[in-house]
Amino acid sequence: MGNKILKTLFKRPVDSTMVLLTFIATLIIVTILVVILTTITISGAPHLSIDFIIKAPEEGMSEGGIFPAIVGTTLLVITMSILGLPIGLITAVFLHEYAGEKSRLANIVRFAVNNLAGVPAIVYGIFGLSFFVFFVGTQIDNLFYSGSLKWGKPALLWASCTMALLTLPVVIVSVEEALRTVTQDEREAAYALGATHWEVVYKVVIPKALSGILTGGILAVSRGAGEVAPVLFTGAAYFLPELPRSFSDQFMEMGYHIFVMSTQSHDVDATKPIQFATTLVLLLLTFSLNFVAVLMRRRIRMARR
Amino acid sequence: MKESNIKIEVKNMNFYYGKVNALKNLNLTFMDKFVTAIIGPSGCGKSTFLRTLNRMHELYPDQRVEGDAFLENDNIFQMDPMELRSRIGMVFQRPNPFSKSIFENVAFGPRIRGENNNTKLAEIVEDSIRKAGLWDEVKDKLKESAYALSGGQQQRLCIARALAVRPDVLLFDEPTSALDPIATAKIEELIVDLKKIVTIIIVTHNMQQAARISDNTVFMMLGEIIESDTTDKIFTAPKEKLTEDYITGRFG
Repeated sequence: MGNKILKTLFKRPVDSTMVLLTFIATLIIVTILVVILTTITISGAPHLSIDFIIKAPEEGMSEGGIFPAIVGTTLLVITMSILGLPIGLITAVFLHEYAGEKSRLANIVRFAVNNLAGVPAIVYGIFGLSFFVFFVGTQIDNLFYSGSLKWGKPALLWASCTMALLTLPVVIVSVEEALRTVTQDEREAAYALGATHWEVVYKVVIPKALSGILTGGILAVSRGAGEVAPVLFTGAAYFLPELPRSFSDQFMEMGYHIFVMSTQSHDVDATKPIQFATTLVLLLLTFSLNFVAVLMRRRIRMARR
Repeated sequence: MKESNIKIEVKNMNFYYGKVNALKNLNLTFMDKFVTAIIGPSGCGKSTFLRTLNRMHELYPDQRVEGDAFLENDNIFQMDPMELRSRIGMVFQRPNPFSKSIFENVAFGPRIRGENNNTKLAEIVEDSIRKAGLWDEVKDKLKESAYALSGGQQQRLCIARALAVRPDVLLFDEPTSALDPIATAKIEELIVDLKKIVTIIIVTHNMQQAARISDNTVFMMLGEIIESDTTDKIFTAPKEKLTEDYITGRFG
């Protein structure tokens, strides 16, 4: 193969150079991914065990497992999906199906969404702390709990709200992208049969775009699942042997757990194997979410054929 | 010319794309259970005109109609558009089935009109597909995706889908322009067959097609009606010089 490339290199030098460059660029990307995965797997896999999955951290985090962090992350992901996905879906449907290309309001919303997508995660964290925890939470305490501290502190609910906000722009953009794949021909076909605007959206556009909508949603959620900054001040706890019992409880989160172990623990070196093992679990979690998205898309596409 | 009643009457219709006056003062009648062909060079406004009759233009904000059109005694532009579209169906240039099963494509119209009885739906679906001359080809695969059909079959499925809401009028917007000659011939046969049950208005850029299947022909140019008469007269003894030039292929 190398011989062949060399031969054509002299015949069409520009063409061959470009082919070579794109090949090298692709190779770099793949190599980086492979290196990351092998490093983490090699360092993390030996420490991975059933006990690691089902036990709480012990001995200043240098022993035991990460069960509370797995549960916390899972609860966070589920809650933020329930909070964020419907709002994102409805916003995207409004933008693409109801507002029209030239609508002033829609363009303002799009501008806001694009800007939100560029806001650093830590800013969401600070916003969540000041808005959800200090403002909304404190107001709820004052109104319903006569001032005693229940909601006006970091909690699972506030962390989920903050995380939902973070993923919202990604959800909106990807759902809008999915809706765009439905052709105007199909919409007109439904209108011509006497369908109302809502029937066109609900019975033709959304079913057709469903695989794209689900994929976009899951990818947004899996991106959020790996973030630490938004939950730093809004609900994640340094160390909790107990699982959260209510949405007003704090929780452990895998990303935050890794951060804590590598910076705050008494003996950082002693926690190294646990750090890698936790990273591996976190990676597996996000990868499996992405994998579910791919599977879903394929199944829906196959069903269409 | 056979005896018939007027099904649609268009009076002083003007159409605007933004500020451009695309259809100029159209006056026209369409006879019940006739096939009327609208011919004319590209950009003459024939598709635009067709789409005003079921008010598809209203989906686009800068398109606007002035004047009147009547479907029997009802003013088309004052009716509920959803009701209008269930009485005046449409078949489009490119086959546009939904990405649903063959059965669900045809059942779509009756379903949104509130028909939920499965036995009745099955009857309507079979009846409509039979009328569209597609039953023998699809009866064993009603649950398969409509995308599995060939282009010509998809177009006949779209006709069945339109028939399932039992319209009085069917609009065809160049229905064979994306099809091969054999599929085209089938659609043409079908259109002639269907005029027993519905009034048909067909836009076509293919003059031979208009001559083959229509009873009346309307010739349009630059947003105006140049001539409207029986198809025989238009093709053998046109009154207008422009019509003659067009049908003899002097421009197009």
